[in-house]
Amino acid sequence: MTVRQADAGDAVGGVLPRWVALPESVEEVAAVLRACAGRDLAVVPAGGGTKLHWGPPPERCDVLLDLCCLNEILEHAAGDLVVRAQAGVTMGALAAALAGEGQELAVDVPFPEGATVGGTLATATAGPRAFRYGTPRDLLIGVTVVLPDGTVARSGGKVVKNVAGYDLGKLFTGSYGTLGVIAEATFRLHPLPAARRWVRAEVDAADLPAIAAALAASQAEPSAAEVDRPEPGARPVLAVLAEGAAAESRAAELRELVGGGEISDAPPPWWGLISGDEVLVEVRFPATGLAAVLEAAERSGLALRGSVLSGRVLLESPGRDADEPALAGTVAELRRRVEAAGGRVNVLAAPHTGLDRWGRVSALPLMRRVKERFDPGRRMSPGRFVGGI
Amino acid sequence: METLTAALLSVLPRDSVITDPVRLRTYECDGLTYHRATPGVVVLPATAEQVARVVRLCNDFGVPFVARGAGTGLSGGALPREDGVLIVTSKMRAILEIDLPGRRAVVEPGVTNLAITEAVREQGYYYAPDPSSQQVCSIGGNVAENSGGAHCLKYGFTVNHVEACEIVTPDGDLVTLDRMDPGYDLLGAFVGSEGTLGIATKVTVRLSRTPEAVTTVLAAYESIEQGGQAVSAIIGAGIVPAAIEMMDALAIEAAEAAVACSYPAGAGAVLIVELDGPAAEVERQFAQLREICAGAFELRVAADTAERAAIWKGRKSAFAAVGRISPAYIVQDGVVPRTALPGVLAAIDRISAEHGIRVANVFHAGDGNLHPLVLFDDAEPGAGERAEVVSGAILDLCVEHGGSITGEHGVGVDKARYMPRMFSETDLDTMQLVRCAFDPDGLANPGKVFPTPRLCGEVPGVRKGVHPLVESGKAEQF
Repeated sequence: MTVRQADAGDAVGGVLPRWVALPESVEEVAAVLRACAGRDLAVVPAGGGTKLHWGPPPERCDVLLDLCCLNEILEHAAGDLVVRAQAGVTMGALAAALAGEGQELAVDVPFPEGATVGGTLATATAGPRAFRYGTPRDLLIGVTVVLPDGTVARSGGKVVKNVAGYDLGKLFTGSYGTLGVIAEATFRLHPLPAARRWVRAEVDAADLPAIAAALAASQAEPSAAEVDRPEPGARPVLAVLAEGAAAESRAAELRELVGGGEISDAPPPWWGLISGDEVLVEVRFPATGLAAVLEAAERSGLALRGSVLSGRVLLESPGRDADEPALAGTVAELRRRVEAAGGRVNVLAAPHTGLDRWGRVSALPLMRRVKERFDPGRRMSPGRFVGGI
Repeated sequence: METLTAALLSVLPRDSVITDPVRLRTYECDGLTYHRATPGVVVLPATAEQVARVVRLCNDFGVPFVARGAGTGLSGGALPREDGVLIVTSKMRAILEIDLPGRRAVVEPGVTNLAITEAVREQGYYYAPDPSSQQVCSIGGNVAENSGGAHCLKYGFTVNHVEACEIVTPDGDLVTLDRMDPGYDLLGAFVGSEGTLGIATKVTVRLSRTPEAVTTVLAAYESIEQGGQAVSAIIGAGIVPAAIEMMDALAIEAAEAAVACSYPAGAGAVLIVELDGPAAEVERQFAQLREICAGAFELRVAADTAERAAIWKGRKSAFAAVGRISPAYIVQDGVVPRTALPGVLAAIDRISAEHGIRVANVFHAGDGNLHPLVLFDDAEPGAGERAEVVSGAILDLCVEHGGSITGEHGVGVDKARYMPRMFSETDLDTMQLVRCAFDPDGLANPGKVFPTPRLCGEVPGVRKGVHPLVESGKAEQF
């Protein structure tokens, strides 16, 4: 294991750690965490670093736990449609290995080259096809975690159908590194579809809610419907994906619902990606909230991209660094409108410290109690999550 | 218990508190009749607020409580405590809201699984998770056990179809766990926690669109090995059917005796494969399936809903049907990786022969979820014990092959002792951290899921002793 002095490039949200530890096994992760526990050192786990600036900066950070050396695919049981991988495996490397056997992990992440299994889980990043396949928490069937005191624990397993014990994988998915370290993960896989077709069309924003409702109810079963509106006021581009042996004919059916458009066998270049995430706001909403979300996004002046069927879009402010009061005002107004439609607004990334990033959290007292049990010393990514957890 | 009962009567109507010993015995077990206990008192709250009040009283009196839905559970998860309160949700059976544009329904916990589908079927929607007991089981129980059914292979479990739950926490607070909320996925932890993290009082479920086409096929094979090979070939071809079910000769014999399902005569195994989805997709998959199943000596394709029901009839009645060929039996629920099925089935045969105990195999072949029916004659001395041994040995086989001791029935009281075979003490202690966060006093369904948990005050904290980095000298860098 390498442990080195940190340098400026290792800062987490502007907070410079003292050391960077690069463990090469689960046992070494445990050893580092035990050592840190003994000395009350704060630890921030990191994968590829693509989302390390998401969330508020840590209150303190002594050790950056870089998991890049935990990068082995431990087991790909193709016949069982299951893969077990270490946290530092990049999503790109995983996809390449699985494709060799005609399979895939149906999670689309915005930075497949750099993003890792661990980072994808820790931030619960979901992409276009969440509508058909669910989010990472739905595809995760087993997990090995290392607790802040160095305890190595497993839950779940490597079979899809399994209800023995509590599902720690779900608890750790989306926990932003505040409960411990995800060291290994086991996922259920899907066969690569025989074909993929995208329907792409410019549509009127006012028509989008009705189109989305028709797509969601369609028995042609789209896997995803993404919308891109780089400038408020612009006509949004809608792209709808059909997957399967009959993708071509189903895409034609879906095109009818969209009201025209072209069918191609490649996604639009922006499909599932984030163009810049200096300021990145996530809006989640129920299917019935789309019209309100579109209008709120329009008023915010932010660019919009995301999944209209699964109710998760991202608002970006590419190349424009809004000052803090202005952004805080924008977020408050967004939240007011989106929450009224049953949705939520989370600021995933922003270069400011004073923002209310998460808004209302209904079960916060229970979450604090969970944090307290798992990390009584508040040493794992302190301050990076809801309620200052 | 008497003072507690008096207090319960102060927060609930008189007819919602049962103390009559004869009536209490109605609730002494759930679907697993092997374990029995007469509850101290039974309450039938009608609202979430009443559930919260009851739980608060249990806290005040330091008395354990157990939640129970329809009582169809098969692991003793709703087994009452003689020193505790049984909270039955059967009065809470309103469908509160159906939101088709939002593809969701909000229901009370006592609503049956099938009732949700029935409420939206005509509009072209359904609720996907369908345990075999779906006509009677309650959604609250499904949430507690994360019970899935035959269609998990393609559509996932209960947890994948629950959007939010209002729960009463073990200390009596009403809290909403919503998938959309930021923060820890407490909903994910709650679903499948078998009543040990609180009681669901309102459940928001996702509704799915009824697929355009469904094709159900029955393939008969001479041997279980041939059937198993067909399953592997289907998955290998990149087909994910809605369900792949298999029954062996003994299970078929039982089903025939009970419901005369007229499965092909002489079959060593039957495979039921259901494809669903867009018509064009199902058509192509069916063409592939036909080729894959070319080795079957008979292939039946359901032409309509009635024929589909006829194909499913034998499978769905298999558990109960076994009663026709055996005086007593244990329904086991274990999981193995699908590719391990042939080896495990052969091993089950060997164990069965060794102990002179017949085992009928009915299983969700697509996801390796076995439901061996361990048959015995309870009038024969020692037979029950031998059946227990066989049943436990099957679970050991599952764990040895990297599987699970339960795929859908839950751990409950029945399998708590098997948990250490699958998880280390450390794993179980870590799960206990979740329990302690929700239920520090251990009043919510104690004695279930975990074998002899430590008290929350005793949960291991920071591991003491010299850590390896110091030993090896590497820690000097800190």
